[in-house]
Amino acid sequence: MATKMPKVSVAIVGMGWVGGVIAAELTKAGHNVVGFERGKTRSTEDYYHVHDELRYANRYELMQDLSKETVTYRNNEKITALPMRTYGSFLLGNGLGGAGVHWNGQYFRFLPYDFQIKSKTVERYGAKKIPDGMTLQDWGITYDELEPYFVKFEQMAGISGDPTTTEHVGKMSKPFPTGPMKQTPAMKLFRDAASKLGLHPYSMPSANLADNYTNPDGIERAACQYCGFCERFGCEYGAKADPCVTVLPVALKTGKLEIRTFSNVTKIVHDGKKASGVQYIHVPTGEEYFQPADVVILASYVFSNTRILLLSDLGKPYDPKTQTGVIGRNYCYQVNGAATSAFYDDKEFSTFMGAGALGAVLDDFNGDNFDHSDLNFLHGANIALTQTGLRPIANNPTPAGTASWGKEFKANSIKYANRVLNVAAQGSCMPFRHHYLDLDPTYKDAHGLPLIRMTFDFEDQDKELVKYLAAKTKAIADEMGATKTEMRDSLSTYNITPYQSTHNTGGVMMGADPATSAVNNYLQMWDAENVFVCGASAFAHNSGYNPTATVGALAYRTAEGVEKYLAKGGSLV
Amino acid sequence: MAKDKIDRPQDESKRRFLKYTGTAVGGLVVGGVVGGLIGANARNTKEEAAPAPSGSAPAVSNERDYNQALMFFNQEQYQTAEAAAERIFPADDLGPGAKELGAAFFIDHQMAGMYGTNARDYMTPPFQKAEAYQGYQLAFKRQELMALGLDALNEYSQNNYQNKFAKLTEDQQNEVLAAFEANEVDLKGVPAATFFTMLRNLTIEGVYSDPLYGGNKNMAGWKMKSYPGNQMSYYDAIEKEGLVKYEPQSLHDHLTS
Repeated sequence: MATKMPKVSVAIVGMGWVGGVIAAELTKAGHNVVGFERGKTRSTEDYYHVHDELRYANRYELMQDLSKETVTYRNNEKITALPMRTYGSFLLGNGLGGAGVHWNGQYFRFLPYDFQIKSKTVERYGAKKIPDGMTLQDWGITYDELEPYFVKFEQMAGISGDPTTTEHVGKMSKPFPTGPMKQTPAMKLFRDAASKLGLHPYSMPSANLADNYTNPDGIERAACQYCGFCERFGCEYGAKADPCVTVLPVALKTGKLEIRTFSNVTKIVHDGKKASGVQYIHVPTGEEYFQPADVVILASYVFSNTRILLLSDLGKPYDPKTQTGVIGRNYCYQVNGAATSAFYDDKEFSTFMGAGALGAVLDDFNGDNFDHSDLNFLHGANIALTQTGLRPIANNPTPAGTASWGKEFKANSIKYANRVLNVAAQGSCMPFRHHYLDLDPTYKDAHGLPLIRMTFDFEDQDKELVKYLAAKTKAIADEMGATKTEMRDSLSTYNITPYQSTHNTGGVMMGADPATSAVNNYLQMWDAENVFVCGASAFAHNSGYNPTATVGALAYRTAEGVEKYLAKGGSLV
Repeated sequence: MAKDKIDRPQDESKRRFLKYTGTAVGGLVVGGVVGGLIGANARNTKEEAAPAPSGSAPAVSNERDYNQALMFFNQEQYQTAEAAAERIFPADDLGPGAKELGAAFFIDHQMAGMYGTNARDYMTPPFQKAEAYQGYQLAFKRQELMALGLDALNEYSQNNYQNKFAKLTEDQQNEVLAAFEANEVDLKGVPAATFFTMLRNLTIEGVYSDPLYGGNKNMAGWKMKSYPGNQMSYYDAIEKEGLVKYEPQSLHDHLTS
């Protein structure tokens, strides 16, 4: 029997970016919030010896302990899903700040096209352009409606970027609060080459601060030192925006946020129409508690948001056969793989220096910024040259044909360690009828609850996209004065083993129609008005960008929605 | 379940650091923990136009390294692992190989700890036959795979070359490893290629991880690659052309004051 705790106004499940943003906004407005975090607490003091590639990058210090919980995966419904036993394709965050701690800080607003992708595609190319099985859908919100919330996230996090934007992205009502990051010689080569080809490169918008910055909440943070330890690491300077150095201290300062660490929420308790609170396990003791709340906000990662709803029997589970139900629908990923390496025999670069979001990018081939009439895919990718800081265990570039060990490997990997630049495309991912999340019938977590099961593979759409974008990366790399270039342009079956991207999306998607979406454009559940499900789980598809900007903007909108709901109740749309 | 404390520590060493790097403008001194690095960092952020002087490494070779002892391997396993690692990352004109860098001690120490026992991996049954793209699905722990694989290296060497792996010529050792890499060896149902990949990756980790783990002795792995290790800031160097060289720093160097 679960111990009943005193009722609170708002219970938030997950203390990462989404939970942190909403907690800060609600507590500043005077509401009492309890934040649940299944992992430990975390602060910059924990990163005293963070410059340790083995511990953080290879042994996944900051990531979820897979012995307790993982996901199962299959390429299609014909095979048995098996657990992801070790880390590979993506990395699940854990502990205070969640994945917001170990991100790179690459910050891109999704395109106006993204939010109205179906109607804009049909408008330009006709309905036949959308292939059979692709469950393309508008998001139930427009870029212009979401624009003010992007601004809020940018001001809070201190996003650094160019003062003006290119024609390829949505208009900004306010420039980034800090200027662009420094430009390295490698970035200059990319920008010069792209410009020469008539493309439109710009500085990658960055959550690694270019300058010291004080945000509207009075949070002061120092400029990035370009130490090269961002992705998979926490920032010991607090220069990289993460929840623990931005929104969470603001929420805690109000005295209205209580964070309960090591508290794993397993269920939303509800009567079919409204939630009464959440049930959670205090991890060290295994004891169960019930936390009553007026509003429940799921703010955990894509997989956990979907899984908690399915475990709670809240919302209608998606059934790919009948194409009814919504929970688990439109799972998407990121289509990487199009890239070109430039090898320099006569030139070296200090590629060990860098920052997670240090780079130059272009969107000429992203979204619908180019004509798809004669192409067999929709959307596209951003193309970037990043200088995130290469580390020696991972950084062993060799020309094609080099063995992976022995004399030749040693000689080539050392020769080219500081002589290779990469131009890479980060591709969008379109939803398909048969890509979804549900509960695994066999495998359980440490508490005996079913794991989430992913059914996903790359489609022809993705393979065509990679082929097309790879040629674009090669054209740029070929202009960069390298001794030789090597293009990678093929995408095969999705493989859980090599790291690809921690940009998993969908499962609890937003939209305008309760039949095809789980939440409205305030991320309020259609089926339970006092439950909000936030994060990239709300994405109807994934763009050719990193997701955090759009996740952050949606979190600010949700916070506004929850405030309205607490005042008036009912559906917000 | 008390409230968690998330402060942004502003200790003296960090103030000094930010002052030192020249990024604390207008008296604004902010940021996270930096602690304990100033002495070491101030000595070493000097850039050098030429490669780092080789004579500046600490004279560890004259001291006993108490870390160089075995936690997991027996003597034969240690010798086999060391010989195999040396073929994977051999000594050459560029510098030391895996043996001199202590990679076998690194592998031994890793096998004895939580990585060797898959402490943070999902090892719950049922273990089922996997499709190629579903990743590692063996009930075997890394420790067990390592022990079995090293025994198999010797057994295969004995059968084909009539000697233990460590006693074979370099060419013979390369042939044995190539056979394992190509999965041409039967390890009683366990894929030889999986063992080889693990051994290969552990060797590279042993060559390039921070010396605190027992490999990369004297940071000589990093020096070959011109990798500077644990540096606190490249703020003033990030825009420079070419390869900026530094005397490498380990995490040990970061443990002062």
